[in-house]
Amino acid sequence: MENFDVIVVGGGPAGLSAAISAAKAGMKTAVIERGDYPGTKNVMGGVLYTQATNEVAPDFWKEAPLERPVIEQRYAFLSKDEILTAGYRDPAWGQAPNYNAHTVLRVKFDRWLADQAIKAGAMIITETLVEDLLYHGDDVVGVRTGRSEGDLGAKVVIIAEGANNFLACKAGLAKPLRPENMAVVVKEIIELPPEKIEDRFCLEPHEGATIELFGDSTAGMMGTSFIYTNKNSISVGVGAMVNSMSEKGWSPNDLLEHLKAKPYVKRLLQGGETKEYLAHLIPEGGYNTIPKLYRQGVMVVGDTAMFVNGLNREGSNLAMISGKIAGNVAAEAIKSGDISAQGMSVYETRLRDSFVIKDLYKFRKLMPFIEANPHLLGEYPEILNQAARMYFTADGTPKAKVFSNIMDMAFKKRTKSGLVKDMFNAWRALK
Amino acid sequence: MKLDDKLYLVRFNTDKLNHIKIANGELCLKCKDKVCTFICPAHVYDWDEEENRISVGYEGCLECGTCRVACPSGNIKWDYPRGGFGVSWKNG
Repeated sequence: MENFDVIVVGGGPAGLSAAISAAKAGMKTAVIERGDYPGTKNVMGGVLYTQATNEVAPDFWKEAPLERPVIEQRYAFLSKDEILTAGYRDPAWGQAPNYNAHTVLRVKFDRWLADQAIKAGAMIITETLVEDLLYHGDDVVGVRTGRSEGDLGAKVVIIAEGANNFLACKAGLAKPLRPENMAVVVKEIIELPPEKIEDRFCLEPHEGATIELFGDSTAGMMGTSFIYTNKNSISVGVGAMVNSMSEKGWSPNDLLEHLKAKPYVKRLLQGGETKEYLAHLIPEGGYNTIPKLYRQGVMVVGDTAMFVNGLNREGSNLAMISGKIAGNVAAEAIKSGDISAQGMSVYETRLRDSFVIKDLYKFRKLMPFIEANPHLLGEYPEILNQAARMYFTADGTPKAKVFSNIMDMAFKKRTKSGLVKDMFNAWRALK
Repeated sequence: MKLDDKLYLVRFNTDKLNHIKIANGELCLKCKDKVCTFICPAHVYDWDEEENRISVGYEGCLECGTCRVACPSGNIKWDYPRGGFGVSWKNG
């Protein structure tokens, strides 16, 4: 049986970041990936954050396969064919080293990140599925793969298997996934000439933009939709909680078509050719659903650890930072000879000191709040759009009357006490 | 664009082994909503009226895992395909 210091299960951003930091610290490191190469099994909407990526791969923008730096982030609230948008743009975000985020396509980017792990000294074992951890008594001593004579020894195993937490469950760290904590997301990659993308999104040739849509874009279900610009394609997708989709009887692809048929969205995508249709689960349960993060010789990182901040659509950065910390903790524990649960616990301590768990803790009441108040994503986008239409309509109604009409409309859709209650509860959820 | 046409764009390295099993067909008979038949993004699951069972087209599975989470009786035994098999994204 071949032995490693550190074995990382899964070649996504979390796993590869863990491998890079462990290998850089001199550990004999292997990443075990079930796909043809890291990236081929991996899906996300497409936003990669600069600060976190730079911590793992300094100056990555000079050579990594990126799509476009995001210079504008737009929010859109949909109600039938109506839409209310708000956005922030800063062209400085389009210039190195001021980047904040880039759009990426994961097959290309993850393969590049795997090359950085190889350069750091890690080995990538592809087309191999890890079926279970290997134990000696209660101690984890490696992994069992699907290959014949496929046992591999490791002092520390880092579980970066993604949203589907098979191994974390088998290791007694996580619980089976619940439909109210997971979002099912589908997206399409739609090819368009770069100049069309730039014209439609008001971009210079090297710039990119993102739009997140709320409300009728998910038929009022808890979830979001997104439109991201790549170099010569647009990623358009929609995600909603598995329990809402089940209850409402929606098929993910029908929801995506519902979004694509909205006049505003349709015009952005017009004439494009769909190149790929993808699906993925996103862990949206937040702080309350974080599993046990370690045991003797084991740490859990990235999506498997539920490290997704849905409100700010951040995930890849939480994954990479959790991976980096885990890789470092593994190396320190191995060097000091303490791979006990106590030795691994440093991982959780450092995560709690970082934005990863701090942000999830901050928003810990938000998901339950939105879930308990489904009208927030149903009625409010409608109220906002009606208010905007009344405000912008010039039909001879005196403005004083327009304002009182807007208030009447809002109170009709949601009572005065209901509005006050929502505001108070929202404040309490974010406090 | 129809779902079938979208799925036609996806690259697969199909395994001859099925990675999806319905654990107990009796439970499907009693299942009212049959969530798997509509929530799977690739429409892998279909209710077979003649044979009174769920038919599983595992070859088209996009490996998201939604079915396993959504099945109200936890009746879908869904694992990853063997290493090197299954979906192989072109863009991700």
